[in-house]
Amino acid sequence: FRVEFTKVAADPSIVNLGQGLPDISPPSYVKEELANVAAVDRLNQYTRGFGHPSLVKALSQVYERVCGRKIDPLTDILVTVGGYGSLFSTIQALIEEGDEVIIIEPFYDCYEPMVKMAGAKPVFIPLRNKNDGNCASSADWVLDPGELAKKFNSKTKAIILNTPHNPIGKVFTREELQVIADLCIKHDTLCISDEVYEWLVYKGKKHIKIATLPGMWERTITIGSAGKTYSVTGWKLGWSIGPQNLIKHLQVVHQNTLYTCPTPLQEALARAFWIDYKRMDDPDCYFYSLSRELESKRDRMAQLLREVGLKPVIPDGGYFMIADVSTLNVDLSDVDGNQPYDYKFVKWMIKSKKLSAIPLSAFCGPETKGQFEKYIRFCFIKVNVLETINMGSMVKKGSCQKTTWWLVFF
Amino acid sequence: KMSRPVQARRLEGVDKNIWVEFVKLAATYSTVNLGQGFPDFPPPDFLKEAFTRALSGEKHMLHQYTRAFGHPPLVKILAQLFGKLLGRELDPMTNVMVTVGAYQALFCCFQAFVDEGDEVIIIEPFFDCYEPMVKMAGGTPVFIPLRPKAPKDGKLMSSADWQLDPAELASKFSERTKAIVLNSPNNPLGKVFSREELELIADLCVKHDALCISDEVYEWLVYDGKEHVRIASLRGMWDRTVSIGSAGKTFSVTGWKVGWTVGPNRLLQHLRTMHQNSVYHCATAAQEVVAQGFQREFERYGKPDSYFVQLPKEMQQKRDQLVQSLVAVGMKPIIPEGTYFLVADISEFKSDVPDVPNSDEPYDSRFAKWMVKNKVNASALFHRIYHGVFVPSRLAVLIRASSGGNTTSGQRPHPDPVLVWKKPGHCLSPW
Repeated sequence: FRVEFTKVAADPSIVNLGQGLPDISPPSYVKEELANVAAVDRLNQYTRGFGHPSLVKALSQVYERVCGRKIDPLTDILVTVGGYGSLFSTIQALIEEGDEVIIIEPFYDCYEPMVKMAGAKPVFIPLRNKNDGNCASSADWVLDPGELAKKFNSKTKAIILNTPHNPIGKVFTREELQVIADLCIKHDTLCISDEVYEWLVYKGKKHIKIATLPGMWERTITIGSAGKTYSVTGWKLGWSIGPQNLIKHLQVVHQNTLYTCPTPLQEALARAFWIDYKRMDDPDCYFYSLSRELESKRDRMAQLLREVGLKPVIPDGGYFMIADVSTLNVDLSDVDGNQPYDYKFVKWMIKSKKLSAIPLSAFCGPETKGQFEKYIRFCFIKVNVLETINMGSMVKKGSCQKTTWWLVFF
Repeated sequence: KMSRPVQARRLEGVDKNIWVEFVKLAATYSTVNLGQGFPDFPPPDFLKEAFTRALSGEKHMLHQYTRAFGHPPLVKILAQLFGKLLGRELDPMTNVMVTVGAYQALFCCFQAFVDEGDEVIIIEPFFDCYEPMVKMAGGTPVFIPLRPKAPKDGKLMSSADWQLDPAELASKFSERTKAIVLNSPNNPLGKVFSREELELIADLCVKHDALCISDEVYEWLVYDGKEHVRIASLRGMWDRTVSIGSAGKTFSVTGWKVGWTVGPNRLLQHLRTMHQNSVYHCATAAQEVVAQGFQREFERYGKPDSYFVQLPKEMQQKRDQLVQSLVAVGMKPIIPEGTYFLVADISEFKSDVPDVPNSDEPYDSRFAKWMVKNKVNASALFHRIYHGVFVPSRLAVLIRASSGGNTTSGQRPHPDPVLVWKKPGHCLSPW
């Protein structure tokens, strides 16, 4: 779906709230470091394949502090082309035919095809909304422990965890992680923990790394992303952190797929990390200040969505928000195709309202589409878009509810 | 699960990597790294300026995702340039795909086209990753060596003297042959396949309905006025060839990791599938700058101030100097027609390299390690990549800007490291 919707939304006349693409500026020192790096000749040539030395050193320092354990920069870290590249390297390294991999729905859409490409079988388990009321929060979406336990068997090679969660924005609690950890240990299962939104956690919530739970470091690969950490998705740098006996296999995949990541970007990222590492006790550290900046955008978007009659689910983390669109009762009989409701809704919204978002059923397996098809996903790491919406909401409301809705989004 | 290894079986036999080994060794001994293929001279000024300009502007979208299959300005100029070079109209959206270096382009090709049971013909000597990539895709590599013809009396051998035997090549094609990998100009020999040689390969591809994965990363580094012929331009080949290129090699910016594939949509659609399920996007900024570099070169194509004209001219001088130095120390270099690699016969040095009893490590590997420990790193790929034909006595060395003389950037020339290898007592360098 992604390629389909990105194409449509590449139309500049359409307000794109679909793709997870910041239009806020990265911090100035990040851009400056890249400009500084550009002037150094040797940084235009190949660097160490598994990760530029100054970058893996910086990553090991930051994560040693966060995890409270020693992390060897050369053996416990692999730098990859984005969090996406880490997912690919991990799955290719550790998953094969005959394996089952548990995927929590809704899920970041690449998990399923990557697992299938490795010849394994995806086994889905949905998050279920325990509160369908008006004050919905991502924390209301939970796994049923009994249901989860039934998904594990002797073939279960890994479970993919995504916290903070895309698209719902759920930040798994320690108790929830413990349930997953207990099952991983019991069934000797690996955990692939996609934590690219680890710093985007809102007030009152804490991001917990499952790798820090007892018995989990040795079986977990934790994935991070420069793109999400520093609002530089176009740098496509990510990393996998874990025990040497797992990371070494990811390194083998890496040396046989792209060998090395771009040098200047890695050096600039390393320098940015040092700046923030030194102020990890300071609230101005970008790791904390970005989430403060985004929290007000989150609240603004939720307010706007409510004003037009949608039911947003307030995320505890990440920069996505889902909203229930079924309440609007839009007539979609014109929209072609035998597709889920939310696909049709988004296509209608793009065409007639010049606004794009992503249908939630794109993020789930075939059995649960019915459960998720009344939701669509909005991205709120946007500056200009929210201002555009802001202007629209100043217009006088018409009598027809549909008209009101249109006016807000223009 | 404890009885089964944690890693996937596809990693069997592909875990060793010569670069990881040698680069680590070179770093340990602080040697001059002449082995791994990257320039030690700076990228051209116009490219560095473009990079600085791009970053100083307010275009912060340069730091966000671009089009997954290639940043629009880049695929557009690539389509224009390669359309002109191949003599056909190319659609930037469907006939071009950008990758994370040519390395990832190769990976996408093998993953997209090779299945278990497929055979892939690899010409020896080969860039080392072809073999493990074919294996990781479940395919079977089938090797065929380039064979040297003795040069005329007193003359040095040229890479042109290394040739495929037509009958032998024909015998390697079977109904299981999915593809042949062509690398021209060839790393490490420097061979630039002639039109006739390419037609030989093309005829067999057409006859057996095989694909051609054409690694042309060194396409601009061709010496002595030789022509780089693109196999995709030969009759019957466009529809079955993926041509691979590299900004790293084209513009001396290996660290930017920008590569591309050019080919028919029916093949590229599968590369796109592979790409969107592995890395999805490539970094934006480097693509923007490479696009500008290509725009400049497209406008200057064939003119004397074109980088594509100046770089090979400069490298040809370096090549000639290196050849002289190697001859002076008693090695027998094979003069490369292209690339920035040079292969030299080191059999004369057997007496100097300490013998290691009970070691089954090949001579050239031991020689290379000896060189590394004694200040110069050269690649001992030759034995490993020359599969099946016992030629342990050659050594690949990289031509570098520091091999004597002034560089265009005006850097102080380093002492020629090769001269260290003159027999003890005759050292010509202060090294």
